[in-house]
Amino acid sequence: MLTLANLVALIPLIVVGTTAVIIMLGVAWQRHHGATALVSAVGLALALACVPVASTALSSPPLMAVDGLALMGSVLVLLCALVTVALSHHYLTGYIGPKEEFYLLLLCAVTGALGLVASDHLATLFISLELLSMPLYGMLAYSFRAERSLEAGIKYLVLSAAATAFLLFGMALIYARTGHLDLAGLATGLANTSDAWTLAGAVLMLVGLGFKLSIVPFHLWTPDVYQGGPAPATIFLATVSKLAVFVLLLRLVTVAPVFNSDWLNTLITLLALITMLGGNLLALFQSNLKRLLGYSSIAHFGYLMVAIVAGGALAVETVGVYLVTYLVTTLAAFGVVTQLSSPFSGEDAAGLHYYRGLFWRRPWLAAVMTVSFLSLAGIPLTAGFIGKFYVLALGVAENRWWLVGGIVAGSAIGLFYYLRVMVTLYLPEPGMRRMDATNDWGNRIGGLTLLVVAVLILVLGVYPSPMIQWVVGLSTVVVS
Amino acid sequence: MILVWLILIPFVGGLLCWQADQWGDRAPRWIALATMLFVLIISLVLWVTGDFALPGEVTRHWLLEWRTSWIPRFGIEIHLAMDGLSLILVALTGFLGALAVLCSWHEIDHRVGFFHLNLLFILGGVVGVFLALDLFLFFLFWEMMLVPMYFLIALWGHSGSAGQTRIRAATRFFIYTQASGLLMLVAILSLVFVHYSNTGELSFSYDTLLDTDVPEALAPWLMLGFFVAFAVKLPVVPFHGWLPDAHAQAPTAGSVDLAGILLKTAAYGILRFALPLFPEESQAFAPVAMTLGLVGIIYGAVLACGQQDIKRLIAYTSISHMGFVLIALYSGSELAIQGAIILMVAHAFSSAGLFILSGQLYERIHTRDMRIMGGLWGRIPVLPGFTLCFVAASLGMPATANFVGEFMVLFGTFPNAPVVVVIASVGLVLAAIYSLLLMQRVHYGPEYRQGALRGPDAREYGMMLVLLVLTVMVGLYPQPILDITAPIAGPAAELFQQAGAELASRAGEVN
Repeated sequence: MLTLANLVALIPLIVVGTTAVIIMLGVAWQRHHGATALVSAVGLALALACVPVASTALSSPPLMAVDGLALMGSVLVLLCALVTVALSHHYLTGYIGPKEEFYLLLLCAVTGALGLVASDHLATLFISLELLSMPLYGMLAYSFRAERSLEAGIKYLVLSAAATAFLLFGMALIYARTGHLDLAGLATGLANTSDAWTLAGAVLMLVGLGFKLSIVPFHLWTPDVYQGGPAPATIFLATVSKLAVFVLLLRLVTVAPVFNSDWLNTLITLLALITMLGGNLLALFQSNLKRLLGYSSIAHFGYLMVAIVAGGALAVETVGVYLVTYLVTTLAAFGVVTQLSSPFSGEDAAGLHYYRGLFWRRPWLAAVMTVSFLSLAGIPLTAGFIGKFYVLALGVAENRWWLVGGIVAGSAIGLFYYLRVMVTLYLPEPGMRRMDATNDWGNRIGGLTLLVVAVLILVLGVYPSPMIQWVVGLSTVVVS
Repeated sequence: MILVWLILIPFVGGLLCWQADQWGDRAPRWIALATMLFVLIISLVLWVTGDFALPGEVTRHWLLEWRTSWIPRFGIEIHLAMDGLSLILVALTGFLGALAVLCSWHEIDHRVGFFHLNLLFILGGVVGVFLALDLFLFFLFWEMMLVPMYFLIALWGHSGSAGQTRIRAATRFFIYTQASGLLMLVAILSLVFVHYSNTGELSFSYDTLLDTDVPEALAPWLMLGFFVAFAVKLPVVPFHGWLPDAHAQAPTAGSVDLAGILLKTAAYGILRFALPLFPEESQAFAPVAMTLGLVGIIYGAVLACGQQDIKRLIAYTSISHMGFVLIALYSGSELAIQGAIILMVAHAFSSAGLFILSGQLYERIHTRDMRIMGGLWGRIPVLPGFTLCFVAASLGMPATANFVGEFMVLFGTFPNAPVVVVIASVGLVLAAIYSLLLMQRVHYGPEYRQGALRGPDAREYGMMLVLLVLTVMVGLYPQPILDITAPIAGPAAELFQQAGAELASRAGEVN
């Protein structure tokens, strides 16, 4: 039964849900873009402030587990959503048509993500995942007058539906074998069985989740959707959606032993390898920045899969640290794309030629971009290096030499295109007119947020101890 | 604390240069010059006041040491320490850094502030490499100096005929060194985790890891992880692909730094980390390393003979010279290791001199192609004379520092590996050939074009003179360097010989 004490643990989720309702009512009453964005931001910030309160809850509500992992996931989800809102406001000012619904969709999706990171039962898992995905279709197709955006939305809808079918089928198979839907029950029910049906169920679930994470054989949608979606929607997809699904996958793997069977472990190792190599290889000759970042994110989740394969206490910590570094980096990189595309005027500034000579025109934006790409490439003194260091350390500590080799090879390949983008920023400018950020970008809330994120990349790279302590503090709770 | 300042000064100076750009072109140059001279002066003061007379100590003694906790989760510290070897190399960095600023005084005329930011960041990273004793910190500096070097080559490099080649050269440089660096990181991590499973203590500290008992099956691989990273940077022959291009496309300041200091970080790394951490494996690996060194000597020299581009020629001679260094480091003889250190210093002077001279030639005749030079002796005052001196130094003429270095390397290695020394001596002959070839094709012979060219101004003259004086000084009186490097070379050689004896006795037991 749901008691009052349980509700305390759900406060962040309730706050975000309430904000969504307020915005819906507000839009029905009177449209106002600025106020809507402000209310969303305040709602998200309030939810973030409530996370410490939620952590004091003594018991988790039924079907949910509000543990360290969930709290960590919630904080990251809310932070990313806040940055997305900050960047969306300027972007959407140029959009002809209703702007306010974007925030409504975003808040609904955040609710789903918050549920997902805490779900402890296949039913909550499924409902949260759908609550996260459905609004995303709308967000991706938001500027539906642009052909690519509509294509992105529909593509994601169709493929996502297929993936959901896989996921459901997998759940059904596992339920058929064990008669349990809660993860703890699954763990005991599956303790000693590893027959074909449970394995098939596990693999099907993996396919469903792998699609959301764009693990390699299921990655085909990624570049198109990244390219087509409006920049803020893409940011949300690349950060919040992936992060929430990955936290869930980690929970599944740490709790349910079936995911640790040798056979499946080999399969995940293989997937991780082809993901990190495939993502990097496919990105090599991209001249569209959004597609390139899409492929790059595929590769990064390949690196993260090492944690799934390895398991153990250090794995949860690695996931936490890597996700933090990945998120700040991705937010900064897409943030620059958003700034250059703001205000919305039909097509995003995704072609690499828009960025040629950016340093001589907008030095600070180019500096942010450089920092984020250095971080993506995992160069020391940026957050990305700490993440890569963790993944390598985990691989070495667990003697996963193939994966370590894959990371080294993947990083070497990755350097090629990261450097290509970076040096483009500093080349002489061509004479033609191009898309550019507005002159006051640095004074707007989105621009300021972007600078803060960039500084954060450097700070986390130079002095990562507080972040590591935070993650360690939360992750020890899970494993014990 | 002074060690921290040695690293921070170039970084702060670099940021100042960037901001000083708005006050005109001169401000960044002067700030950069002052910064590097400051580093040089600090290290010289340390040299004069330092006490190095501590040979034969069992525990390692550092002249200066500074440590503080950084990432306690992994036992990572900011641990800096300086001994004679690092002192020499830091001083060298300060000196060549100042030269690099001076030699680009007129060459770089756009984005001056940003150029000096990159230049000083490289130098700051290099100083960090020479001072870091925590393996994580070492790796961090090792990788960090690549980024500004990349920008230096990619943005201010000479465009080759195909337009984009400088960017390709820069990318290649970066990928070679970064990928091999990651192998070193993997090796470092394995070492740390082996130590962790032995003792339950996570630490990246050099002193702690020195005594790690690595399983016999794993140790050679870890040693190779370190060796490959250093071999790429040195460069050792199969890993040298990035060097000629990077040199050919880099601006003069970049080449000076690359040849003068960056290559030395690799030799330093072998001497400081690869050998002491894995003495037995290194001893077993020595024949391979020496063979690679020999291949490098011959290969570099032969290819140097066939180059048309003057900077590529000098780049190939670097490969040849570094072959001697590699042989010496793996010879296990104190004399040879000291010779290698002198040779490193000498090579820094002579190659910097030659690169700066070729930069000055380029400013006058706008080409680096030796086919369209010739007969410059009559057209330019003074510079050809300097060229002759540095060419003589490069081929190891007595009274130059290079001679002392090469002589000590060959002399020290001979008792352990006579065959290697015999073959390496062939390299000396080849060195004479390519050096004279360079001189002949550029400065002698028929004049390709007519007309007198501008002679050196005070700045150019001064740079050359200082370099030349230093080369001769070290050549005539190398004792100061020998004095302060003896405490490093001695124990290193001893460790190596002990490992050799141990290996031999173990082989005896098996038999």
